Amino acid sequence: MSEQKKKAPYLDKRSSRRTFIKNSGLTVGGVVLGGALGSLLGKDSSETNETGVHSAAAGVNFNQALMYFDKAQFDTIDAATEQIFPKTEVGPGAKELLVAYYIDHQLAGSFGLNSREYMTGPFFPAEAVPQQGYQTHLNRQQVFNLGITALNTEAAKKSDEKPKFANLTEEQQIEILKDFEADKVKLSGAVSSSFFFTLLRKVTIEGVYADPMYGGNKDMAGWKMKNFPGHQTNYMNVLEKDEFVKIAPMSLNSQHQH
Amino acid sequence: MATKLPKTDIVLVGVGWVGGIIAAELTKKGYKVVGIERGKERSTEDYFMAHDELRYADRKEMMQDLSKETLTFRHNTTQRALPYREWGSFLIGEGTGGSGEHWNGQTFRFLPYDFEIYSETVKRYGKGKIPKGMMLQDWGITYKELEPYFDKFDAMTGIGGEPNPLPGSPQVKYPNPPMLETPVTALFKSATKDLGYHPYHMPSNNLTQPYTNPDGIARSACQYCGFCERFGCEYGAKASPVVTVLPVAKETGNFEVRPHCVVRKVLHTNGKATGVLYVDTRTGEEFIQEADVVVVSAYQMNNIKLLLNSQLGRPYDPVTGTGVIGRNYAYQTYLGTAVGFFDKDFNMYAGAGALGAQIDDFNGDFFDHTDLDFLHGATIHITQLGDRPIANNHVPPNVPSWGKEFKDASVQNANRALIIKAQGASLPWQDNYIDQDPTYKDAFGDPLLRMTFNWKDQDRQLMKFMGEKCAEIMKQMGAKEVKMTGDEIGDYDIRNYQSTHNTGGVIMGADPETSALNSYLQMWDCENVFVPGASAFAQNSGYNPTNTVGALAYRAAEGIEKYLKTGGSLV
Repeated sequence: MSEQKKKAPYLDKRSSRRTFIKNSGLTVGGVVLGGALGSLLGKDSSETNETGVHSAAAGVNFNQALMYFDKAQFDTIDAATEQIFPKTEVGPGAKELLVAYYIDHQLAGSFGLNSREYMTGPFFPAEAVPQQGYQTHLNRQQVFNLGITALNTEAAKKSDEKPKFANLTEEQQIEILKDFEADKVKLSGAVSSSFFFTLLRKVTIEGVYADPMYGGNKDMAGWKMKNFPGHQTNYMNVLEKDEFVKIAPMSLNSQHQH
Repeated sequence: MATKLPKTDIVLVGVGWVGGIIAAELTKKGYKVVGIERGKERSTEDYFMAHDELRYADRKEMMQDLSKETLTFRHNTTQRALPYREWGSFLIGEGTGGSGEHWNGQTFRFLPYDFEIYSETVKRYGKGKIPKGMMLQDWGITYKELEPYFDKFDAMTGIGGEPNPLPGSPQVKYPNPPMLETPVTALFKSATKDLGYHPYHMPSNNLTQPYTNPDGIARSACQYCGFCERFGCEYGAKASPVVTVLPVAKETGNFEVRPHCVVRKVLHTNGKATGVLYVDTRTGEEFIQEADVVVVSAYQMNNIKLLLNSQLGRPYDPVTGTGVIGRNYAYQTYLGTAVGFFDKDFNMYAGAGALGAQIDDFNGDFFDHTDLDFLHGATIHITQLGDRPIANNHVPPNVPSWGKEFKDASVQNANRALIIKAQGASLPWQDNYIDQDPTYKDAFGDPLLRMTFNWKDQDRQLMKFMGEKCAEIMKQMGAKEVKMTGDEIGDYDIRNYQSTHNTGGVIMGADPETSALNSYLQMWDCENVFVPGASAFAQNSGYNPTNTVGALAYRAAEGIEKYLKTGGSLV
C-alpha cells in the first residue's frame, strides 16, 4: 500500500488541489477565480489526500462525477428519483443506487442528444395525439433542462424562502411529482410535464436495474433486491426445479476478462 | 452518376431470413447471387456482451437507425401523420440476418383456414358475416401446397416441438423434441386441461439439443440464458440466418454480401426490372447492380417503401379500395392479457425466447363464431423468456406506478408474477393501409411511408374476449390476484411495444386486381421481381409470422429457378 503511494505521484502531498488549480491555469494573477471550483479552496488540502480521492483501494467510485448536469440539476434529479424509487425495508433507493449519476451519464451521450431518433421537422407537438409518441423538436437533454427548471419553480412556490426541490419535504416532493404526472404543470417549452415525468420514471428504473457499468445499480444491489442473477451463461439446471434457486449476480465485467 | 456493376443472376434487397433462404437455395444450384444489406455483417462473436438489457432491449442496439429513416403514422385520414421518431410498438432489425437475429424463435405454421379465410368464412357463416370494409381474401395458395416448404424451413432451422393435441389442427412432425417443462408451463397446462382446452409446448427455434441440419450445419443447444428477444444469441442456438442459411450460401462461392448499402430503387422498363440502384453509405457512392431477377427481401415495410419509390405496381387507393401496393396492412391484436400474482417464487430470471405453452382452442375457426362479434381469434400462451429487471415490474391492481408502494410491490413480485397473453389475428380493412408521406423524407430525400391504422371493433371485441379467457386460466392456475387487460382498448398506440409482426402491403393472391403477387411471390406487373415476406400476407393470424415467411421464401426460391429457366408469368 505504502509502496503504491510512493509510485503514484498524484498521491503525493505536494499535489494538492491548490496546486492542481494553479497548474491548470484557473488563476489570474495569483487570484483564484470564484465560482464552482473556488468553493473547494476553503477545504484543507490534506483532507483531500486523507479521503484518498484517487485511491481505488479506498473504494472510491470514479464514476461518481458529472458529465452533463450541473450540481443543482443533479441534486434535483437525485431527489426526484429517490421519490420515484425510494429506499424502503426491501432495499436501497435511487440515491443509494446512484441513479442520478446513471441519468447524467446517459444524457451526456447519444441518448441525451437523440442521435438515433428521427429528429427531422416539421414538428407539430400541439396537433399530435399522444398515441403518435415523441413529437417535440427538443432532445432529451433539453427536455430534462426544462423539467428540472420547472421542478424548482414549483418548489419555490411552497414557501417564502423559495426552496429548491431537493430541500422540500418528502410529501412536498411527491406532491409536485404527482402534478407533473397529471400534466398540471406547464413547462417553458414544447413539451408537457407528463412527458418529462414519463421519461424520468423510465430512466429511473433503468438506473436501478441496468448493468452497473452504466453507473447505477451500485454493487448490483438493484439486482440483489429482485434476486436477478444478471449475466449468467446457463440456467439448464434451474428451470425444471420447483423451488426458487438463488444465484449470486454477475455483471458483464465478469465476461470481459481484460 | 451511378456506377454500373457487372450483371448478376439474382440481386437481393435485404439479407434476412428471406434473402438468406433464397441465397442458399439458388447458390447451391449454381446461380450467382448478390445480397445488398443496409446494416453491417453480423456474426455470433458480436454477441459476446449480449446480456445487456439496457443496450439491446432499451437502446435497441440491433434495430435500424431511425435518424436515417422511419415512417409516419396516423389513425385515420383526417389526422396529420407524424413520424415514428423513437422505437415503440414494433422494432425493425438491420444487419445481415435482419429481424431474424433478434427474434424469440416462436415458430408456428399458419392454419389452413388462414390461407382460405374468405372462402372458409363464407362457407361456414355466409357472406353477411364479413363486416363492411373488411378486406378478407384468400391467398391464392393453400396450406397443403405450402406444407413441403414449411417442412423445409423446419428441418433447416431445427425446430423443437410436440404435436398440437387440438382436433383438426395441422399435425407437424418436428425434427427436435420440445423445450424443457418448467413449473410455469406445467401449471398452465394443468389449468387449461382442467378447463377442457388443449395445451401443448410452443414450437421453438431455440435448439433443444445439438443438431445438424440437411445442409450439414451443426449447432449447439440452447442454454436458457434468458436473453433472446431483441438480443443476438452468443451460442448460435437460436436459429438465425447468420448461423444457418448464410454460411451455406457463402460456402458455394456464388454469394456476395454488400453490407452498409441501401437500395433506393428497383430500376425497370417495359414491365421488366433491370436491376437496383443503391448507395454505399460508407463512401456515399451510387451503384447500379443489374440482375436477371430482383428479390425484394427487406422488412415488410421497407418492401412497400421500395416498390412505391420505384413506381412498381399500382399504389392502393383507400377511397375506392383499388390498387395493390399498400393494401391490407395488418398487425397483431395482442392486448388481451392477464397478469397473475402468486404466493410462491418461480425461477423467472431463467428462460428462452420460445419457452412456453399454449392453447389454440380460440384461434382461427376452431371455435364457433356464429354468436360472436368478431372473426378469427388468438392463441393463448404463457412464456418463460427470462424476466429481465428493467422491463418487468408488475404490480397488483390499484398499486401506483412509482413511489414506495410501487417499489415494494415490484420488487416483491419480481419472481411471483406470471403473464398469459393472447396473440390475436389482425384482419385487413379498407382504410388501414400504407402509402407515401407527402411531407417527411429519409436521409436520401426519398418519401417516408405513411401508415394509416387503427383498431376496429373487431379487434376490441376480440381482445376483450381473449383477455377474459386469459384471466379465467390465470384464476384456475391459482393466482391470488389477477389483473386483466383487453377490455378497455381505445386507439392504436405506437408508443408501447406490442409486436414486430407487421404484415401485408404487397399481398399475394389469385387475382391481379386485388393482389400484387401470384402464388410464387412473383409480381403480376413485373415478372422478374419477387417479393416474399410478411408483406405478402393477405391478413395476419394468431401466430408469429416467421415460419410462414420462411415457407414463402422457399416457395419463391423454387419460382425464381423456374423463372430463370422458362421466363414469363409462372401462374
